Amino acid sequence: MFVNFFHELKAQNVPVSLREYLSLLEALDNDVIGNQVEEFYYLSKAALVKDERNLDKFDRVFGEVFKGLESLGEGDIAEIPEEWLRSMTEKFLTEEEKAEIEALGGWEKIMEELKKRLEEQEKRHEGGNKWIGTGGTSPFGADGFNPEGVRIGQKEGRHGKAVKVWDKREYKNLDDSVELGTRNIKVALRRLRKFARDGEADILDIDDTIKSTAHAGYLDIKMIAERRNKVKVLVFFDIGGSMDGHIRLCEELFSAARTEFKNMEYFYFHNCLYEGLWKDNTRRHTEKMPTWDVLHTFPSDYKVIFVGDASMSPYEITYEGGSVEHWNEEAGATWLQRVTEIYENCVWLNPVAERYWEHTASTQIIKQIFSDRMYPLTLEGLDGAMRELSRG
Amino acid sequence: MSQKFEGTENYIATEDLRVAVNAALTLQRPLLIKGEPGTGKTVLAEEVSKALDMELITWHVKSTTKAQQGLYEYDAITRLRDSQLGDERVKNVENYINKGKLWEAFEKKERVVLLIDEIDKADIEFPNDLLQELDRMEFYVYETGKTIKAVERPLVIITSNNEKELPDAFLRRCFFHYISFPDAATMSQIINVHYPDIKDRLVRNALASFYEVREVPGLKKKPSTSELLDWLKLLMNEDIDPETLREQDSGKLIPPLHGALIKNEQDVHLFERLAFLARRERN
Repeated sequence: MFVNFFHELKAQNVPVSLREYLSLLEALDNDVIGNQVEEFYYLSKAALVKDERNLDKFDRVFGEVFKGLESLGEGDIAEIPEEWLRSMTEKFLTEEEKAEIEALGGWEKIMEELKKRLEEQEKRHEGGNKWIGTGGTSPFGADGFNPEGVRIGQKEGRHGKAVKVWDKREYKNLDDSVELGTRNIKVALRRLRKFARDGEADILDIDDTIKSTAHAGYLDIKMIAERRNKVKVLVFFDIGGSMDGHIRLCEELFSAARTEFKNMEYFYFHNCLYEGLWKDNTRRHTEKMPTWDVLHTFPSDYKVIFVGDASMSPYEITYEGGSVEHWNEEAGATWLQRVTEIYENCVWLNPVAERYWEHTASTQIIKQIFSDRMYPLTLEGLDGAMRELSRG
Repeated sequence: MSQKFEGTENYIATEDLRVAVNAALTLQRPLLIKGEPGTGKTVLAEEVSKALDMELITWHVKSTTKAQQGLYEYDAITRLRDSQLGDERVKNVENYINKGKLWEAFEKKERVVLLIDEIDKADIEFPNDLLQELDRMEFYVYETGKTIKAVERPLVIITSNNEKELPDAFLRRCFFHYISFPDAATMSQIINVHYPDIKDRLVRNALASFYEVREVPGLKKKPSTSELLDWLKLLMNEDIDPETLREQDSGKLIPPLHGALIKNEQDVHLFERLAFLARRERN
């Protein structure tokens, strides 16, 4: 019955499966809701969407597929199935309308553009509740921007039933298309886990107790140390400048890594590693600690991860005094070399997409210093990096 | 299954929440509730159980909770000790099986509400370990070789604070509802339910400055419903005049007794800075 709706959701990358679709039909079959469109909207939302990030996409698709139903809620008794079927036919566009959409660059393109503009606008009117398109030439606005009839609802202003719930786009802020969620990162980082029994013998070893009890003829309790994750990780984050665009991704990586490893130390650097590192970015100039101290403090069985875009002028790596912030006595390359010599397991994670690497000289140099152990900050890259680190 | 949840006198349920609860109730699927902290996720289960007159069984999940603990635990140590003392009980292994919350819910003759609170606190694999049990509402006890099956499938309500993402396979089996932050109209309804004899003007002014606080960009933790309710209680206790609230609004930016609303040191600093800027602008 709503196959079209279902496919449209899939096409817009809302992760829906047959199972969810069937449970929606089951719910309709069981008369969970009455004959109000709003109720159908709420029910299909509860059944089909499982993550608040997708709620906004869902609202958009719902508005598109069930266009023409907004007045239905006001009717006294509406026989829903008929109405729904009628709306299905309404959904199919005329040739003219299709051409118009094409002219604007296709659905996907428009949505992308729209999203970009919305983001920009939100940044500019911080905290305000003004929305895109209060007149002017923008194709996006409350008056409907193209024949597919997607509307950007206003937070307030239009009163009464005329505002469709799904038109309000309440969940817009929650929509982000991060390909690399915290969960994914954690699962990838798990590869690094290495369990070992260490420290105080504080839990009961049942197997050993039973064995020695049977042997001795009396209750002979054996204790054992708890299994703990033994892996030790040292992370260096590039911060500021060209990295600003990747901060979100790095924050996610960082928060995932923090809970996944018991022993994790992190330090910040800017662009390239030099003689000083810091832990608190707001006090970077006053509380710097010498890189030598860091290298001496952490033994060579630490696994080292550098996170940075490696995009800078090649001089910043290869020359003394090349740093943009201060006069460095020794070249960045020397420092990087030292790290790779001390720590057997080290990798460089690069948030920049892999296809751009070859165009940046500095990326090539660093990749060389790290003997090709540079990985993109994607799930696949992370997986490869962890595989590399868990070697030996 | 004619029972329907309509909200209670203590709990304002929006229409979409009601539909979600009823869908879960009718189709006997778990209902996953997410939302900002303090928007009444846990309270929902209590209110549903009250409204539908069903018993509530709560399973609080912690970071160390294992899925198995919800089913049962085999107490090998006590059994070992009993065997040492020659206790008769030792012959029956069932004496050493401690029932978990899920088991407890399964054996009730009447339908119950089972709340699995803060599922995201547990290990990342926790939800996966419960898939089968929540789907079929049965599990197998290895020690006794018995299968425990739910007499009446409980209504399972699961809350999550989004600290960890949940696996897809798990999500597919649930209904989902995101409690979005209530708008001003719903909010004054909620306040009326909690403090029926509060002065209208106070509510209006307090709400205005509450939403203002929420709109301040860069807040680490936006105040939520439960904080608003606490704050109002304080305002009533201190008998703050609605008019002073208004004055404070336009002038100082920091509302009185803000400690109830803002729980983060950095946020307080942010406010003080903004207040300072506002004063300077006026002078």
